[in-house]
Amino acid sequence: MRKHDSELDESLFVHAPLEENKAEEIADHPTGFWIESLQRLKKNRGAVIGFIVILIISLLAIFGPIMNKYDYNTQDLTRSNLPPLVEGLERVGFDGTDSHGKNIYEDRSISNEPAWIGTDEFGRDLWTRVWRGTQISMLIALVAAFLDLLIGVIYGSVSAFYGGKIDNVMQRIIEILVGIPNLILIILFILIFEPGIITIILAMVITGWVNMARIVRGQILQLKSQEFILASRVLGASNRQLIWKHLIPNTMGPIIVTLMFTIPTAIFFEAFLSFIGIGIQPPLASLGTLIEDGYQDMRFFSYKLIFPAVIISAIMISFNVLGDGLRDALDPKMRK
Amino acid sequence: MSKYILQRFIYMMITLFIIVTITFFVMRLLPGTPFSNPEKLSEAQLEIMNAKYGLDKPLAVQYFTYLGNLVQGDLGLSFQSQGRTVINVIASRIGPSALIGGQAMIIGFIIGLVLGVISALKHNTIYDYGSVFIAVLGMSIPSFVFAALIQYFIGVKLGWLPVALWEGYSYSIMPSIALSVLVIATVARFIRSEMLEVLGQDYVLTARAKGISEEVVIIRHVLRNALIPVVTVVGPLSVSIMTGTLVIEKIFAVPGLGEQFTLSILVNDYSVIMGITLFFSALFIFVIFLVDVLYVILDPRIKLKREG
Repeated sequence: MRKHDSELDESLFVHAPLEENKAEEIADHPTGFWIESLQRLKKNRGAVIGFIVILIISLLAIFGPIMNKYDYNTQDLTRSNLPPLVEGLERVGFDGTDSHGKNIYEDRSISNEPAWIGTDEFGRDLWTRVWRGTQISMLIALVAAFLDLLIGVIYGSVSAFYGGKIDNVMQRIIEILVGIPNLILIILFILIFEPGIITIILAMVITGWVNMARIVRGQILQLKSQEFILASRVLGASNRQLIWKHLIPNTMGPIIVTLMFTIPTAIFFEAFLSFIGIGIQPPLASLGTLIEDGYQDMRFFSYKLIFPAVIISAIMISFNVLGDGLRDALDPKMRK
Repeated sequence: MSKYILQRFIYMMITLFIIVTITFFVMRLLPGTPFSNPEKLSEAQLEIMNAKYGLDKPLAVQYFTYLGNLVQGDLGLSFQSQGRTVINVIASRIGPSALIGGQAMIIGFIIGLVLGVISALKHNTIYDYGSVFIAVLGMSIPSFVFAALIQYFIGVKLGWLPVALWEGYSYSIMPSIALSVLVIATVARFIRSEMLEVLGQDYVLTARAKGISEEVVIIRHVLRNALIPVVTVVGPLSVSIMTGTLVIEKIFAVPGLGEQFTLSILVNDYSVIMGITLFFSALFIFVIFLVDVLYVILDPRIKLKREG
């Protein structure tokens, strides 16, 4: 809506200086694309919070398991199914009582270090297990995302840059791959090979790179007909230089955004596979296996389900919000 | 137009053929034998069993027999349930899955539409932030985590709805809600951004300038044009519904295809696994095909230019 004319008067206007040399003065320091994007990102409160949450969870995933004396895999049946107990937080539910309100710690006269968020049926400390599980889930997601990035960027840039017949064939392959539901391929892949971290990563990469390749190709197709590429080519740059020095750096924005959405997808698939029993195998734990274990016991030991469920949800929400924020910040079309 | 449809159709057939081939060879590559107690069977019994399931012939012959049977709708016999064909197993399981999947789509589209419209009309207000927040939650929280949590809080703690099993209509409500979360989130986000874009179009300005009432502008001009691209999310959504049924049916003990699939994985019933895989893939590919064609028919602005 435009302001009404009556609200505007002479006093609001300042005459432009008449000196000729001042006419093209730049008001502010020139800022590069990345600095400007960062400034835009900082203004997005959700994205900043998402980033901080990811940072905190990553630090806890690394240092959480060594914050108490328990190991993720040492069984101790005298400590089985202990409810959460944190000294000082008894009021908000961490009071060591089970679903019937009975204090298990007093009942079994356990006096050594309490389990902060409880223990599982074998007496393994859940705090340690949850952070070990987060480590493994994050590791799988990061490696899968990195491989997607590598294959996707190479495939997409080659396809777009060389064009013609090569592009045609490469695009037809992608079109067929996109048509296959990826979960089905992932499950079939895992059924053939032994379930494990590497199998899960490879299974996710088989179809995961396609999205990245499509985005990189689209970007490079737009870029490659622009003048600066022609200029560089005229100056004698080789194809390799053109791709790595000009095209890929200019595609970085969409690549980063896609990566931000690849990571939560990978975390979801890993948890999904572990939940239906063909993912990470014991004694290793991931967020998916912990949720599965917690789900089995949720009627009487709901804390076993709730803690890993909260962590995985927090990770997924943070990555999605950060990804949204980055997309808005890096998209030059949104620039005001 | 008809050239485009034909082209899409050919792609659909090629993709299907590739999936059929992949599933056939995956089945041969799988570890272990398909029979439940191979160590108890004698050599002669094994030979009879192999002959019964056609496993004694060369691979190429098996492949073409498989293709031939497939064209006639024959997916073979289940390895674990005695004397039942795979088609039979699938047919007996499809009802509950279709019910909760369909309900999830309907619930999801209605709530998603309402949230998206509120969001766009009250852009940058507390209502907008509220529905964007709900949409982000829906996109992010894994469906099985959400399902487990509502099962615990609504089913076990509050006792409002039956916790699990399949003994009446009320048993289908919680699984449908759990499945609909992602649909709500996707539709809400999509409608919001589409409506914001349409609101800035010149024809909306023209309509307003003509003095048409705001409701008519919103319903006749904005919403109608914003709804067309929503067709494109039906494809991805049907995939996520399908993915969701695999775990959600397990969680709520719904006797549907997803539950059968996870069960068959655990007991190595390969022919059923492959049958359901093919069924899901074919369904998905067909939905994508329909969506592509429908989109071109609905929106004449789409130019059918050849890519590449």
